[in-house]
Amino acid sequence: MNHPLGLQPRIIGSIGEGRLKVLLSGNEAVARGAYEAGVRVAAGYPGTPSTEILESIVEYPEIYAEWSPNEKVAFDVAAGGSMAGARSLAAMKHVGVNVAADSLMTFSYTGVRGGFVLVSADDPGLHSSQNEQDNRYYAKLAQVPMLEPADSQEAKDYTRFGLNLSERFDTPVLLRLTTRISHSKGPVSLGRRKEHPPGGFLKEPSKFVMVPGYARARHPIVLARLDRLRRLAERSRLNRIEWGDREVGIVAAGISYQYAKEIIPSASFLKLGISYPLPPKLLSDFANQVKRVLVVEELEPFLEEELRGLGIRVEGKNLFPRVGELNPDLVEEGLRKAGILGRGRPKEKGEKPEPMFPRSPVLCPGCPHMGVMQALKELKVTVTGDIGCYTLAALPPMQTLDTCIAMGSSIGNALGIEKALQGSSSRKKVAAVIGDSTFIHGGIPALLDVAYNKGQVMVIIVDNRTTAMTGGQNHPGTGITLRGEQTKRLDLVRLCRALGIERVREVDPYDLEEARAILREEIDSPFPSVVITNRPCVLLKRERKGAAYSVDEMVCTGCRLCLQLGCPALVWEEAAREAGTVRIEATCNACGLCAQICRKKAIRSEERA
Amino acid sequence: MKERAGGGVQNILIVGVGGQGVLLASEILAEAALRSGFEVKKSEVHGMAQRGGVVSSHVRFGGSVFSPLIKRGEADVILAFEEAEALRWLPFLRPKGFLIVNRQRISSPLVTLGLAHYPEDIASVLSSLGDHYIGVDAFPLALEMGDPRLVNTIMLGAVSSLPSIPLTSWRRTLQKKLPERLRHLNQLAFERGRQLIGMQMNKASVIRAPRASSVLV
Repeated sequence: MNHPLGLQPRIIGSIGEGRLKVLLSGNEAVARGAYEAGVRVAAGYPGTPSTEILESIVEYPEIYAEWSPNEKVAFDVAAGGSMAGARSLAAMKHVGVNVAADSLMTFSYTGVRGGFVLVSADDPGLHSSQNEQDNRYYAKLAQVPMLEPADSQEAKDYTRFGLNLSERFDTPVLLRLTTRISHSKGPVSLGRRKEHPPGGFLKEPSKFVMVPGYARARHPIVLARLDRLRRLAERSRLNRIEWGDREVGIVAAGISYQYAKEIIPSASFLKLGISYPLPPKLLSDFANQVKRVLVVEELEPFLEEELRGLGIRVEGKNLFPRVGELNPDLVEEGLRKAGILGRGRPKEKGEKPEPMFPRSPVLCPGCPHMGVMQALKELKVTVTGDIGCYTLAALPPMQTLDTCIAMGSSIGNALGIEKALQGSSSRKKVAAVIGDSTFIHGGIPALLDVAYNKGQVMVIIVDNRTTAMTGGQNHPGTGITLRGEQTKRLDLVRLCRALGIERVREVDPYDLEEARAILREEIDSPFPSVVITNRPCVLLKRERKGAAYSVDEMVCTGCRLCLQLGCPALVWEEAAREAGTVRIEATCNACGLCAQICRKKAIRSEERA
Repeated sequence: MKERAGGGVQNILIVGVGGQGVLLASEILAEAALRSGFEVKKSEVHGMAQRGGVVSSHVRFGGSVFSPLIKRGEADVILAFEEAEALRWLPFLRPKGFLIVNRQRISSPLVTLGLAHYPEDIASVLSSLGDHYIGVDAFPLALEMGDPRLVNTIMLGAVSSLPSIPLTSWRRTLQKKLPERLRHLNQLAFERGRQLIGMQMNKASVIRAPRASSVLV
C-alpha cells in the first residue's frame, strides 16, 4: 500500500494470519500496537529514547498524530481524544512526564472514555538525558496501573492490552519502556487494525470537571479502582511464574527479566508484566515456594520495597547496582556475590590496559552554534544553558555554558542569578542560551517573567529551525507539522516583543564580527534583550555552503586558537612540522568561522586560493 | 546452581564511530538472520550517534534469545569499522572469536586538543589473536569504488561467511534494505568485501551452525 503522503511505510508485507514476523524496535512496536488497537489520537514531544514512537505512528494515516509544543500539551491532547471516546496515546521521555505530571495526577481522578496510554521511555544510564529518574514511582503517585514490556513483541501486545485495560477500569495506563526496550529490535508478529469509533463527548461534570466538590468524590473511586486492579494483577497472564530450580526465585520486569533469564535460565522466575499495582498473593505464594527471593531491577528498589512491605524476605540492591543501566555482566556479578553462581574465571593478571580515549559527542562541522558560542565566550559573563545540541558547548574546548538543568530552565535561572546579585559588586548582566524548540517548550513563560519582573537578562535563542538533538523534528517554529504539512509558523521576533521584550535582534552566527558587536551591545544595555540566530542546522540541508577551507601551512603558526571552536573538521597534525599545524578535513561545511578566528589569516577558502 | 550453557546463540558485535554506518550494517545483519529463520535481537543506543561518538550494535540470533546485549567475552565476531574501536571493544570477544577490523583511524576532538591520546601500535596488540584477527582496508577500497560510505557494506561482505546465514539471505536483505539507486554499487561492495576476506580466511570456518527453527519465505 502506498502512503498517501508519499512516505514509505517501514512495515510492509501481507498482514493477516499473524504468521509474518518483522523486526521492530520497541518504539516501532508500540506504534504498531497503537495502530492495531484502533488508536485515533497520538501526541508527543521528541526526546530520546521515545522519539521514534510518534515518528512511526505518523506512518499510519488512520491516526491523528502531532508533535506538541511540550509534553503537557501532548498529554492534554491525548486526554482530550480519550474524553471524546477515541483511543489515545501520549509518548515522551522520562523527564517529559515531569512536565505532563500536573495533568496526569488529575486525569487519574477523572478516568477515561476512550482507552488512554501514556508511554514513558526512561533512560537508565543517561545515554542522552540529564538524569536517570525511575518513573515507576509515577504509577504509585498517580495511582494508575503500569505495564512493563520486556521485548518488542510485548511492547506491541501490552500497548493493546493497556488500551483495553484503560477502558475496562476507567483509568489512564502507564506503559514504561527503557532505552534498551525502546531501541532494541526483535521479531514481532503483525495483526490487523480493529477500529474503535469514538462515542463522542458526553457531558458529565462530576467526572470531568475537577473542582473540589467533584474531585473529592473521585478519590475513593480511584482507590477502589486500584483494589480491583490488584485483583486483576493476581490472575493476569502478564504476571507469570516460570518454575525452575526452587533454590532461587527471581522477581523481575522489563529488560531486567531478560538479563536474569540469560544468566540463570534454570532458576524459578516471577515475571511481572504489570509492575503496579503488585499482586500480593501471587508474590507470597511464589516466595513461599523458593528458598531465596531475589529482585533483579534497574535503578531504584521499587519492587524490592513493595515486596518488603508485604513481609517477604528479599534480596536486591545489596547485589545489583542502583546507579546506571543493568546488563548481563552486572546481573552475573550480583548472582556471584550472592553465592548463587560460582566465582567464575579469575581475572587475568598482567599489565592493566591503557584507558581508552573518550569520544565525546561533538557539534557538526559548520554548526551555526559555534559562532555565537565563541562570541559569547569572549564576553566572560555567566551563561545559563539549556537542553539541546548547544549544551555540548559546556564541554571542552568551548566551555561557554555554566548550567543545564531542565527544558526552559536557562531563562529563569538567569533571572534568579541576576536578582540574587543585585547591588553586589559582581552585578554583570547574565546571558541565557536556549534553542528554538526548547524555547517554545518551556522558555516562553520564563521570558515573560523577565519582562514582567523587570529583569535585564540577555536571552540568546539559537534558532536552527529544528529539534536537532533528537534527529531533526519539526515544531511550531518550523511551520511544518509531524505529517510534513505546511502550517502557521511561529514568529519568534513578534512573540518576544509581545511578551514585553523591546530589544529583539537577529544575528548571523557565521559572521563573528557582527555577533561580537551585537552581543556586546546587548550585554551592556540595561534592558532585557533577546538575540535570535538565523542559520539552520547543517543537517537540514546537507550541502556545503561553498568551497571548503584549507590551511596554509607556511602561515599557520600552530597557535591552535581555531581549535577552540570545537569544529570536528579541524584536526591537529602533530608531526606535520616542528610546531605542528592544523588540517581541515573533507567534512568541512565551509562556514568560514575558523578563517575569521585565525589571527594570521592562515585559513582560506579554496575557491579564493 | 547450574550455569547457563550459552550455546545455540551467535553473537556479533559491530562497532565504529558515529557516521560510519554501523547501525545500517547491523540492521542488515539482523534482517538477514531473521530471513534465515532465526530468532533475533539487536540493540544499540542512538541519539548521540550522529555526533562523532562511539557506536556499538549488538546482534544476537539463534534458537531463543533473551538478552539483547552480548556479555563481555562472548562475542563470536567483532566487526570493527575503526582501529581504536576494535581495541576498545576487544574485551567482548570470546576466546577463539574473530575480530575483523577496517584498518582506518579516526581521531577525536579531545585527541586534537591534546586532552587525550590515540593509542599507538594497535595492530600489534590485535595481532596477538593470530589468524583470528583479520585486518582489511575497506576505506581505500570504498574510495576506489567511488563512495566512502561503502565501508559498511564492504565490512558486511567481509563478515558474511562467518555466521550461519546463507548467501541468498544476505543478498535478498541487501536488495530490500537499500534504495534502488544505491543497490548496484552496494551489492558490488558486498561481493568485494567477501572476496577480501576469502583470501585471508582459508583456515577459519563458520562459527557455529545451530539449526534454524523455521525458515521464512
